[in-house]
Amino acid sequence: MRLANKIAVITGAGSGMGKAMAEIFSSEGAQVVLADISGKQNDVAAAINSGASANAVRAVPVHCDVSSEEDIQNMVATAEKEFGKLDILCNNAGFGGPMAPLHEQSLHVWNRVHDTNIKGAFLGMKYGIASMLKTGGGAIVNTTSASGVVGWKHHSVYGAAKAGVNSLTRAAALDYSDQNIRVNAVAPGTMWTGLVEASQTHAEPPADYPVLAGIPLGRWGLARDIAYAALYLASDEAAYVTGVTLPVDGGYCIGFSGMGAERPGIASVNKGET
Amino acid sequence: MAGRLDGKVAVITGAGSGMGRAMASLFAEEGAKVVCADISGSQEDVAAAIGTAAVAVRTDVSSSADIRAMIATAEARFGKLDILCNNAGISTPEKQLHEYDEDLFDTVVAVNLKGVFLGMKYGIAAMLKTGGGAIVNTASAAGLAAWKLNSAYGATKAGVVQLTKCAALDYARQNIRVNAVCPGITWTGMVTGSAELTVPPADAPLPPGTPMERWGLASEIAAAALFLASDEASFVTGTAVPVDGGYVAG
Repeated sequence: MRLANKIAVITGAGSGMGKAMAEIFSSEGAQVVLADISGKQNDVAAAINSGASANAVRAVPVHCDVSSEEDIQNMVATAEKEFGKLDILCNNAGFGGPMAPLHEQSLHVWNRVHDTNIKGAFLGMKYGIASMLKTGGGAIVNTTSASGVVGWKHHSVYGAAKAGVNSLTRAAALDYSDQNIRVNAVAPGTMWTGLVEASQTHAEPPADYPVLAGIPLGRWGLARDIAYAALYLASDEAAYVTGVTLPVDGGYCIGFSGMGAERPGIASVNKGET
Repeated sequence: MAGRLDGKVAVITGAGSGMGRAMASLFAEEGAKVVCADISGSQEDVAAAIGTAAVAVRTDVSSSADIRAMIATAEARFGKLDILCNNAGISTPEKQLHEYDEDLFDTVVAVNLKGVFLGMKYGIAAMLKTGGGAIVNTASAAGLAAWKLNSAYGATKAGVVQLTKCAALDYARQNIRVNAVCPGITWTGMVTGSAELTVPPADAPLPPGTPMERWGLASEIAAAALFLASDEASFVTGTAVPVDGGYVAG
């Protein structure tokens, strides 16, 4: 059990990557607090609790708008109250916003995207780290994006927010490097999650579903791909890893893979939300 | 519990000591068959300690004949090649650039950079025959950020990072993933005294600049290589993962 005796809080745990983290972390022995704004965290927790008796792990759902300071404080307090401490925090909740050229992006979208993605990560770390400092340390994994590492056409607003979280990740890693708190990020590429409408009805992409031309590995990323990377970064196996943004993107970030080109088909699969 | 590398065949260069030895032991624990390659002779002890799941082969990674023999050993002994860790490397004495002898520069390039090229050239050819595989190259934090008085070494490791990315693109559609692990200040054979002690003594002086204020351990590099080599990282390619205590973060 790679997370035995660990207490993990995961935001955006109601679906997609957060749900996969919840399932994999609990299967590796962690007690989990599942935070989401959608209500679906209750179902994920119930499924874990109904099948987890053998592992003696428990999942506790909590409603959380990550842009709300009160909700984040309540989320961290829930971990302390239910399990006595906080070892692992995955700031995973995110919101994509519509894809469009920069001048067509609205201030409303900017505010919503940045409230969720960067303010949410800041608040999660602010209160999560304060809790970890009380018990001697911990590990944080922020979900950012390949679009926060390299340019992504028509994703200026989202990319800027995720680049900001990558920066927060490096700076926070340095702030707490001598206090036994590691801070890393996982950077997904094109994911088969809530961003893609068909993912609501198909757990994995149908064989004939188009793959974006710029992904070298030629397939969609799956939620579990991200969750396994988060497991590595959250576990003690990564005890010397901090300040790192790890792309899990099928090679998207390598460069010159064609993602700057027009991408016919993206509008039909992207409904602009995660 | 199932091992994370059950059924896999791995070749590890520089397996006689330090990070390579840690990879060989860890990969075998996780169910892999391992070919332990080294020039030092210590690969024999490492393979013997692992047992029937390991075989030792003497390899100078700068020799294409040796590399071909190493890959052929994997195929002959275990039937295929799934994982290749191009880990062998040498360090250089700290000097300003103009003080490096040309011969020393040629030597470090031959081992650290050409050795990785040759490993990939022949390792990938073997993987293509059986449908794919995963490569983990040992680069260095010194290949991502400049380290004073390490121009020759840093250049080879930056080259390894770029070879990693280019090879990742070349073979992305042929089910071969290529990644690098970038150690920081690590307690390995490059450090005097590390051969006798797997963990640095409390009074071992730590070179300045590591935010975590401690040495990295060979086991920590091996754990990163395990993740990148395993199917858990099946969507990860072309990355250079620092395992450096925060060295390149700031």
